[in-house]
Amino acid sequence: MTAEAGATEPVSGEVRKSGPSGQQESGHGGGKTLVQITNLKTYYPIRAGILRRVVGNVRAVDDVTFEIRRGEVFGLVGESGCGKTTLGRTLLRLEQPTAGKAEFDGTDVLSLKGKRLKDMRRRMQVIFQDPVGSLNPRMPVSDLIGEGLLAQATPENGWHNRKIRDKRVADYLEEVGLRREYTRRYPHEFSGGQRQRIGIARALALAPEFIFADEPVSALDVSIQSQVLNLLLDLRERFDLTYLFVAHNLSVVQYISDRVGVMYLGKLVEVADVGELYANPRHPYSVALLSAVPDPDPRVRKRHLVLKGDVPSPAAPPSGCRFHTRCWLYEQLGRPEQCSTQDPELRVLNPTGHRAACHFAERVSEPAIAETAAQQDVVATAEVVDEAEPPAADDGASTSSEAPLAN
Amino acid sequence: MTEATVETTATSAARERRAGVGDVLLDVRDLRTYFHVMDGTVKAVDGVSFSIRKGGRLALVGESGCGKSVTALSIMQLIDIPPGEFAGGEIIFDGVDLLKLKTSALRKIRGGEIAMIFQEPMTSLNPVMSVGDQIMEAVLLHHKVDKKGALAIATQALRDVGVADPTRRVRQYPHELSGGMRQRIMIAMALSCDPKLIIADEPTTALDVTIQRQILELIKAVQERTGAALLLITHDLGVVAETVDDVAVMYAGRVVETGTVEEVLLHPKMPYTRGLLESIPSQAKRGQRLSAIKGSVPNPFRMPNGCKFEPRCPYAWETCSESEPELIQLGPDRTARCWLNDKRFHDRLAEYEASMSGGRA
Repeated sequence: MTAEAGATEPVSGEVRKSGPSGQQESGHGGGKTLVQITNLKTYYPIRAGILRRVVGNVRAVDDVTFEIRRGEVFGLVGESGCGKTTLGRTLLRLEQPTAGKAEFDGTDVLSLKGKRLKDMRRRMQVIFQDPVGSLNPRMPVSDLIGEGLLAQATPENGWHNRKIRDKRVADYLEEVGLRREYTRRYPHEFSGGQRQRIGIARALALAPEFIFADEPVSALDVSIQSQVLNLLLDLRERFDLTYLFVAHNLSVVQYISDRVGVMYLGKLVEVADVGELYANPRHPYSVALLSAVPDPDPRVRKRHLVLKGDVPSPAAPPSGCRFHTRCWLYEQLGRPEQCSTQDPELRVLNPTGHRAACHFAERVSEPAIAETAAQQDVVATAEVVDEAEPPAADDGASTSSEAPLAN
Repeated sequence: MTEATVETTATSAARERRAGVGDVLLDVRDLRTYFHVMDGTVKAVDGVSFSIRKGGRLALVGESGCGKSVTALSIMQLIDIPPGEFAGGEIIFDGVDLLKLKTSALRKIRGGEIAMIFQEPMTSLNPVMSVGDQIMEAVLLHHKVDKKGALAIATQALRDVGVADPTRRVRQYPHELSGGMRQRIMIAMALSCDPKLIIADEPTTALDVTIQRQILELIKAVQERTGAALLLITHDLGVVAETVDDVAVMYAGRVVETGTVEEVLLHPKMPYTRGLLESIPSQAKRGQRLSAIKGSVPNPFRMPNGCKFEPRCPYAWETCSESEPELIQLGPDRTARCWLNDKRFHDRLAEYEASMSGGRA
């Protein structure tokens, strides 16, 4: 795939041949940087009063820096509201950034306008989570997929021509495992898995280099989910794609990703190669997140770290490290002041490029985890949660800074 | 995970637990719940049988549309008739067939002796009633107490599910609460009437993983403390492995496999169960293709004649498309609806098992 901005596919229906990046296990992730996100912030203003004055901001994405390498699958995990979808949407210019930079193949995406922005949109595509809501029920498949082609039509690619367009739609339907004849059908005639395939074909038809897959399998049953995951990996090979893969299912992300980032309350708290992150998490939140996943093997009895309370509001995040209000390590270390006053940097921990934003990342160890898990076993049922207001004075600062959006 | 420890005695521990639990509390026999709709009859539940002992924990597992939720709603008799119809079967709860009870008698059991926790904590709570009033509504219906007494029970129930400052919480409305907190309220409501059986229909599906963890731990703790039986309905085999002792796998309105968690998840005797297990992504499967179950769930109006899983089954042969197998008894409480387990086909079973030994280590 050529890298010049605005390069379009010369012939419709012709499918690019797979590049040399063949091997799955280790071959990816060594490529050059394709996407570089630097100090990116996306805030949503909160307006109040009759003058609709801005009284605050929901900091959906707050100062995030990382890179995605060409050919890799970068997995982004975190709980709902942590900003992972907003991050992807901002990168694709579907949301307006507040500050920061996002470069795609050396071009600053956030400052593009007009024709150059349109060209960029072709190179970066998206697969949405909801296979029902993201397909217009009144459009046949030929229009659902063809709409993007029409928008990107040029004299060279000839996508203005209905026949050429329909042929390309049919080609890509086959590419995602559907029949060519389905072009005349409407979304309600398909199952959930098939609809998601249509969503994938729609993204692919524009011959992008980069696909933002926003929870592409979350709405699917497990047997269908594996079909779609297999398809996504096959297509990556076939079309030399790079994915930003957002999901909350940690097993799915572990399976598909080469590198993984963990987000919490708008911040990227940890980035590492997938094996490194899952075997050796260095941020207390990642540790808790991973330990919370139920294991389908009944012989494995995990020690679960149960986090207290709920995620605080991104409109009023806690001071210092945003996770300190729920952090088990913070408690174990006797609530060091640093955590509640100083926002930790995302710093490099070892030569593999493992980065974590925790003042005490080096103190995250198996004995430390075991100690907290053992304590939790004792108090398991006596544990009390609160989310909205500071608890009584005797309870101290454990859950105090979780402020609700409404107040 | 690093802190995971493998407990080889898990199986025997489960057996001990099972020995400790009492007689059969709920016995569902050949339940058939049909829906008559414009295009025909949907046999959502078509011959489902399973039982739970007093204090036991059973999970109904399956994908969307397999009939697991309709089974739960049938036990609670929350099915609209028409279009629904109980076309057959019995639901014996504590010696009484619920399907033969009058509405008034049923009302005592529903929400009282059998409590239900729903999937959607947002939509199953009444948005214009305070949390306290909603819990008290159930308490007043099932206990002989006045309003003051009911409030005390409601407050205590909230305290029991780990809600801080319950006297303030009872005055709040659902929109003021987070998803996890709403689910705690649902559990408190279920507990407030001292149920003998708790039915939890996908209780954590709408929740984030750390909140899911909180709620799972809570449900387990509550179940152990009260000694109530638990019927957990879920599609997540991870949740199954960690929460219950016994499993019934459902497919296309039928129970296709039953057994203990260890038996079913480690040695599935029905290819569908095995397919589900093998399609779960994991670290070990990185770099390999996931073994997906081909195709999709059959159309309810055009069910296959033989085994309902036959069109998707990699082990199927002629017998499977010709006639549907019964639930074949393999041991006490261990069954599978698959011809592989018929003695006549033990060669095929050997082949099936040989192909598995490498798969699930």
